[in-house]
Amino acid sequence: MTVAALCFYLFASVAVVSGVMVVTARNPVHAVLFLILAFFNSAGLFVLIGAEYLAMALVVVYVGAVAVLFLFVVMMLDVNFQELRAGAARYISIGAVVGLALLAELSLVLGGAAFGDAKVMGGALPTPPADQVENVRALGQILYTDLFVLFQISGLILLVAMIGAIVLTLRSRPGVRRQRISDQLERTPEKAVEVVKVPIGGGAQ
Amino acid sequence: MIIGLGHYLAVAAVLFTLGIFGIFLNRRNVIVILMSIELMLLAVNINLVAFSAFNGDLAGQAFAVFILTVAAAEAAIGLAILVVYFRNRGSIAVEDVNVMKG
Repeated sequence: MTVAALCFYLFASVAVVSGVMVVTARNPVHAVLFLILAFFNSAGLFVLIGAEYLAMALVVVYVGAVAVLFLFVVMMLDVNFQELRAGAARYISIGAVVGLALLAELSLVLGGAAFGDAKVMGGALPTPPADQVENVRALGQILYTDLFVLFQISGLILLVAMIGAIVLTLRSRPGVRRQRISDQLERTPEKAVEVVKVPIGGGAQ
Repeated sequence: MIIGLGHYLAVAAVLFTLGIFGIFLNRRNVIVILMSIELMLLAVNINLVAFSAFNGDLAGQAFAVFILTVAAAEAAIGLAILVVYFRNRGSIAVEDVNVMKG
């Protein structure tokens, strides 16, 4: 058994186990942390298969942005997660039935079809030889030429998602005292101080 | 022992099934449902990258990049909706989402 095979089994088993922990963990914070572990191990699988750019993008995008966003929301919302899990036992049976049926179907597909293990070269956008053009450069060359329009549209999707998230969560609450620098700077002694004559025996009104 | 395409597809199949199972298991908790969806998208990405590497076609990896983009956008919008919903209702249980039921 070669080192690559050992690495594959290590990454795959840890990814699957952490996937199990994501869906069964009682504490959602633990679920998010196991999700991060699953993403890291999938990035390892990507490195093994030669997709270095996607491995790094997976770590940056998922672990750096998505998982941290999940962690942020889980910790910010004051939800009783134990209460949410109360009826989970009812759904285990139907979930197991659906999951096992899907797994059986997928294993039928995997077992029946003969996927050749030998690498072939070809396709619509053939991969250049890895010893001449590294993965990142090859991917960049097709992303910025053949798939340029799709690349721009995906950027637009991210922009729309960003604006949408801001619009959804932005709120202006009435009755909140905020510091307004311009008001403070405009304040003069005439506006701020009032001189009153206090009669003897009376009080200031 | 050589690691072939089938090995990667098997890992992806198991991860995808786990995602579906997670949706059923955590029917009431939207956050874990979103995490299960991320798990399923990861499985799809593994499939695409494995086919891309073993068929010598870079289009699969480019597709995986786009899926990564859409997954990030989906997570951001989904969690924003979740925060707004929690602000209005004080709960994230899926069964309580029936205001428009009439």
